[in-house]
Amino acid sequence: MDAAIQISGLSFRYQAQEPVLDQLDLTIEAGERFGLFGPNGAGKTTLMGLMTGLLPYKTGSVKLLGYELRGRDRKINSLFGLVPQDFSFYPELSTEENLQFFGAWAGLNKKEIKEKTNELLSVLSLEKVRTKAVGKFSGGMKRRVNLAIAVMHEPRVLFLDEPTVGVDVQTRHAIIHYLKQLNQHGTTLIYTSHQLHEAEDLCTRVAMIDEGKIIINDTLTNLLHQHKQDGLEGLFLELTGRAYRS
Amino acid sequence: MFRLWSTIIKDLRILTRDKVGLTLMFLMPVVLTIVITSVQNGTFEMVNNNKVAIILDNRDADTSASASRELVKTIEDAGMFTIAERGPYKNEQEVRDQMYKKEILVAVVIPPTYSRDVMARAQSVARKALKDISGENNTASGEGDSLAPLQLLYHPTLQLSFRRSIEGALGSVLQVVQSKYIVKSLYKAINEENIPDSVESQIVGQQTEIIPVAVSRDGNRGNPNATQHNIPAWTVFAMFFIVISLGSSIVREKRSGSFLRLRTLPTHFGVAMVSKQITYILITLLQAVVIFGLGIFLFPHIGLPALILPGDITALVLVTLLCGWCATSFAICVGVYANTQEQANGFGAVSIVLLAAIGGLLVPSFAMPEGFRYIMKLSPLHWCMEAYYGLFLEGGKLGDILMNIIPLLVITLAFQVVAWWGLKRKRLV
Repeated sequence: MDAAIQISGLSFRYQAQEPVLDQLDLTIEAGERFGLFGPNGAGKTTLMGLMTGLLPYKTGSVKLLGYELRGRDRKINSLFGLVPQDFSFYPELSTEENLQFFGAWAGLNKKEIKEKTNELLSVLSLEKVRTKAVGKFSGGMKRRVNLAIAVMHEPRVLFLDEPTVGVDVQTRHAIIHYLKQLNQHGTTLIYTSHQLHEAEDLCTRVAMIDEGKIIINDTLTNLLHQHKQDGLEGLFLELTGRAYRS
Repeated sequence: MFRLWSTIIKDLRILTRDKVGLTLMFLMPVVLTIVITSVQNGTFEMVNNNKVAIILDNRDADTSASASRELVKTIEDAGMFTIAERGPYKNEQEVRDQMYKKEILVAVVIPPTYSRDVMARAQSVARKALKDISGENNTASGEGDSLAPLQLLYHPTLQLSFRRSIEGALGSVLQVVQSKYIVKSLYKAINEENIPDSVESQIVGQQTEIIPVAVSRDGNRGNPNATQHNIPAWTVFAMFFIVISLGSSIVREKRSGSFLRLRTLPTHFGVAMVSKQITYILITLLQAVVIFGLGIFLFPHIGLPALILPGDITALVLVTLLCGWCATSFAICVGVYANTQEQANGFGAVSIVLLAAIGGLLVPSFAMPEGFRYIMKLSPLHWCMEAYYGLFLEGGKLGDILMNIIPLLVITLAFQVVAWWGLKRKRLV
């Protein structure tokens, strides 16, 4: 079975800047709940952009479920979903209208869109607001809509960039619970966040990136045991230091 | 096809929920069209139908004042003027004051020596003519050759071209009166009796008739009026004003992250751009229908001339589609390159006004300085207007406006290429 993500020798720099990623190697197995962490400016967002094909690369290789992303066929896009940190939907449209539109763009037909919309509205408790304009929702409801759109087409790999930022405890629990359910059904989760307690609950394997390099990559249990830490926050500070970052 | 249809539906839903955008796209051009057509209709009527109101101050001090009375009658009969006030006034200042008081743009002051001068000149000319005929040496002095000038007072807002036409008309009237008196004097000198009225009117009154004919391609059009000019012009302006709605809609989507998510989905991003074009071309068609409908159905009820549609409706639809496509392409360009909604709105609005100005929408192209006549060819609004005028004013058919459609198509395609290049540069496609 192909790895969800297979990165080898990947280097990347923005125009006329120092390299953000330098000869990076990383493998994320299918079915994992993988957490990617690092201080601000470490290269997390850039790496997410490269893994989702949003950024082009010249050096190295990035494969998603065995498909090379450089010069990729757009059909590969149906294999993954992205939950961006920013709300990426149309605030003028209702929940249902947003799901219908993004469902069509994900390649679903009318019947599939209808079924999946009903399912997601129910699972993410959005039924009462299915016809309301999303722009007027609370932060928690917007986060759920953001997530629902990303999973409309049942992607095999789901990238999550700060999926619970700014939400209350109840919504966070509900989202994490739903993500675990998805994973049980075979969806690989690739998660990045500054919410380290949440990561301890969700992730089975963790990597830390700093100055463009992966500095650790192991299961959460092994890492805490090896570094004699009782939580990710202590491990994070031990490995990346206490100085301010960009 | 389902993806494109879903995207069009999405765009239409967003558009119909943008009340301010809809107001800008429909209400504003409707108001502009009505107001500007009403204002310009007054000018058109003044030039085409109405007489110019004037103050006439006849200061002729001659006892009979026959020439000045003849002049006044000829001015009244000329068809261009109506005498609103007749004086007499004490001095020129009183005439000026009266012009401001009565809001009259033109005053004509007949000098005190007018009749005497005209008659003296007529007799002088008659004497010279007789001497020429009899072969005598023409040693007559210049007595009677000089005429005191007729004074034309005008309001400074009066346009030069209009003032010139008034001067021309008055010049003709003066010529008629002077010719009459010369003919009278000559006749009397030769025949030693007064000229009979019938002979006088045969000599002086019968001029070569002028028949004005508007040269339209279909031969059916009358004089152009404010409606035929303004409806096409403001329709084009309204179409290009969608830049405010479409340009800022693209910026909003870029900034909200919707475009980013679309790039991670299996559908080609071009579908989003095609959908925007179809949606907004539909909007421009609707704008044209609304504004044309206004001209056809509402204008006659508010005292404005009704719009007469061109005979070639297929050409009208094609030109409207092309204008809409060009306007949409321009708006997409603005949206792709602008980084904020403020940039898109500000640049969009200013650029449309500038393109309208250099395109001949605000000032007629024939009245532009030489240099601008070349620059205006770069404005898509110019070609839209030319194509519409070819249909609405000249009564042309599709073949007659091809040379306007081709540059419009070239500019549209250039906008498409520039927009696509911008999308590529910003990694949106």
